[in-house]
Amino acid sequence: MSRADLSAPQGRGELRDRPQTARTRRTTFRATLLRNELLTTFRRWRTLALLAVLAAVPVLVGIAVKIETGDGSSAGPGGGGGPAFISQITNNGLFLVFTALAATLPFFLPMAIGVVAGDAIAGEANSGTLRYLLVAPAGRSRLLLTKYATVVVFCLAATLVVAVSALTVGALLFPLGDLTTISGTQISFAEGLGRALLIALAVAASLIGVAALGLFVSTMTGSGIAAMATTVGLLITVQILDQIPQLHALQPYFFSHYWLSFADLMREPVYWDDLTKNLGLQALYAAVFGSAAWARFAAKDVTA
Amino acid sequence: MGEVSAAEPERREARAETGEPVIATRGLTKRYRGGQLAVDGLDLTVPAGSVFGFLGPNGSGKTTTIRMLMGLIEPTSGTARVLGRPMPRATRAVLPHVGALIEGPALYGFLSGRDNLIRYDSADPAADPRTRRTRVASALDRVGLTAAAGKKAKAYSLGMKQRLGLAAALLQPRRLLVLDEPTNGLDPQGMREIRALVRELASDGTTVFLSSHLLDEIEQVCTHVAVMAQGRLITQGPVAELSAGARGRLVVTTPDPAEAARVLKEQGVGDVVVTDDRVTGEPPDRDLAEVNAALVTAGVRVRGFTVERASLEDAFVALTGEGFDVAG
Repeated sequence: MSRADLSAPQGRGELRDRPQTARTRRTTFRATLLRNELLTTFRRWRTLALLAVLAAVPVLVGIAVKIETGDGSSAGPGGGGGPAFISQITNNGLFLVFTALAATLPFFLPMAIGVVAGDAIAGEANSGTLRYLLVAPAGRSRLLLTKYATVVVFCLAATLVVAVSALTVGALLFPLGDLTTISGTQISFAEGLGRALLIALAVAASLIGVAALGLFVSTMTGSGIAAMATTVGLLITVQILDQIPQLHALQPYFFSHYWLSFADLMREPVYWDDLTKNLGLQALYAAVFGSAAWARFAAKDVTA
Repeated sequence: MGEVSAAEPERREARAETGEPVIATRGLTKRYRGGQLAVDGLDLTVPAGSVFGFLGPNGSGKTTTIRMLMGLIEPTSGTARVLGRPMPRATRAVLPHVGALIEGPALYGFLSGRDNLIRYDSADPAADPRTRRTRVASALDRVGLTAAAGKKAKAYSLGMKQRLGLAAALLQPRRLLVLDEPTNGLDPQGMREIRALVRELASDGTTVFLSSHLLDEIEQVCTHVAVMAQGRLITQGPVAELSAGARGRLVVTTPDPAEAARVLKEQGVGDVVVTDDRVTGEPPDRDLAEVNAALVTAGVRVRGFTVERASLEDAFVALTGEGFDVAG
C-alpha cells in the first residue's frame, strides 16, 4: 500500500516497471499462503507426534533385529518372515532404510497422511477458521491447492523422517559398506545411498493417491475427526480387498496395489514396469480425486 | 481467475463511484437444501459512509444474508452487489477491501494471537508481506491486545477472542466492515470501547455494517437501520426516520391524574392511560403548549409535561408485532 514509508531498499520491486508490480506481487504472495500453511502444519503438536511415531518405527525394528541376532545367527532364516530386506540388515545397516520403509508403507505412513489430509479442509470448517480464510480472501482454488501441496510436502517429510531415522539407527547398530542388490550384483555404498533416496522418493510418491483421496473426503464433511476416520477406514478396506483373490480384476486399480514396487529399485538393472504403473496410478488418483475435491469445494456453501 | 492484472484499475474505478451503495441486493433469496427458506426476497441498500444496523431476532436470516454478501454461500436466486461488484463472482476483487467478523471469532488455538493474525493476513493475496508485521502489531494495538499478543489463542477469554477477531478485520484499511454481533461476550467496558472504535472507523469514512440483537447498541452508533424477521426485510432507512415512525408519547406527571386524563381527552389526546401519578397518551396534532395551558386552566397541578421519544425498541415491536427474543 504505502510504499513510501518503507525505508528498506526495494531492489526487486523497483527494478520492474509499475504496470508489472501487480503481477509480480501476486505471484510472490501466492507462496506466502503456502509458506504459512506449511509453518502452521509443522508447528502443530499433532503433526510432530505423527512424525515422532514414524521416527520410532525404524528404532524399534533396528533394536529388535539387533537383539534377535545378538548371538550371531541371522535374522529371519531363509528370508521367510518379516518385511522385505530384514534378513540383510545385520550385514549392512543401509538395509534398515528399505526395511523401515517397507514396514511403514502399508499402514503407518498412509495413516499419517490420512490424518493430515482428512483434516485439511474439514478441520478448518470445524473450527470456523475456514470462513475467515475464505473472506480474507484466500480463494477457494488457491486454498485447496495450498492444502494439497502441503499434504504432498508432508508425504515427503514423513517418508524422509522414516528414512533418516532408519539410516541413523542402521549406522549406529550395524556395519555399513558395499551392498548386494536383489539381482545379486554388488554396488558401492554411495550408490546404495542414492538408491535409498530414490526409494524414499518412490515411497513418498506412492502416497500421493491417498493424499488426494483424503483431501476429497475432507471437503465432504465439516468434521475433521470424521474425515480422518473415513480416510483411514478407506485405507484399511482397500488393503484388505487387495488380499482377496476373487477381486483380482479390480486390484490393479487399488491405490495400494503397486506400493511395494519400490523394491524394484534395488534390482540391477532397475525393473521399471511396476514402478511406472504405480506412479501412473497415483497420478490418476490425484487427478480424479483432486478434481472431485475441487468441484465439491468450489461450489460448497460454507455454513460452518 | 484470469483477471489478475485487470483487478487493480477496476478497484480504483469502484472507489471513484462514491454515490453507489456499498451493499445492494435485489430479491436475494436463500433456500437451504432441507427446503427451509432462510432469506426471502431481500432488497437491501446500504449507503456509502453509513453505520448500518442490521437488526432482527435470532434465526431471522441475518447471518445467512451476511454469508451471501461475503460469498460464502450461493444465493438460490436474486443478486448481491458489494462495493459495486457482483458477489460471489467478484470475491477476489471485493473482499480485500472488506473486513469481517462473522458469527463470532474463529481462531487457531495452538497459535499465538499474533500468529493467528499473520495467518489470516497471508491468506489475503492483496496484503503486502513487507508491512505484515507492522500492520498486525497496529491491529493488535487498536483492539487493546498488545500485551496478550504472544499468548496461545486457546488461553484467551471470550472477550479477548472477540477482540482478536476484530483485529483480523482491521488488518488493512477497509472500505466496508461487516461486524456480526461484535460486542458478544464483552464486558461493559469492552462494549464501550468497541462502540468508540466503530464511531472512529465510521468517521474515517469506512462503511460499517453492524448486525446485532441489542437495540440500544444499534441506536447508539448507527445512522441507518434495517429490520429483518423470518427471512424478510421489514423496513430499512435512517434510524431517526424509523424511530419517528413509531410516535412518541405525551407524559404528564401530576397529583391529580383523574382530572388530568379528562382534560387531555378533551384536548384530543388519544389512548390515555393512567398509572399512579403518570398520565400518558398519544400527542394530538395541535400545539402542546395549548394542551398544557388547558391543564393548568382546569386547575390540574402539573409536575412534569414531556413527550417521550419512541425508542428503536418501540419501533421494532410496532413493526414485528412480537416480542424481541422470539426466534423466527
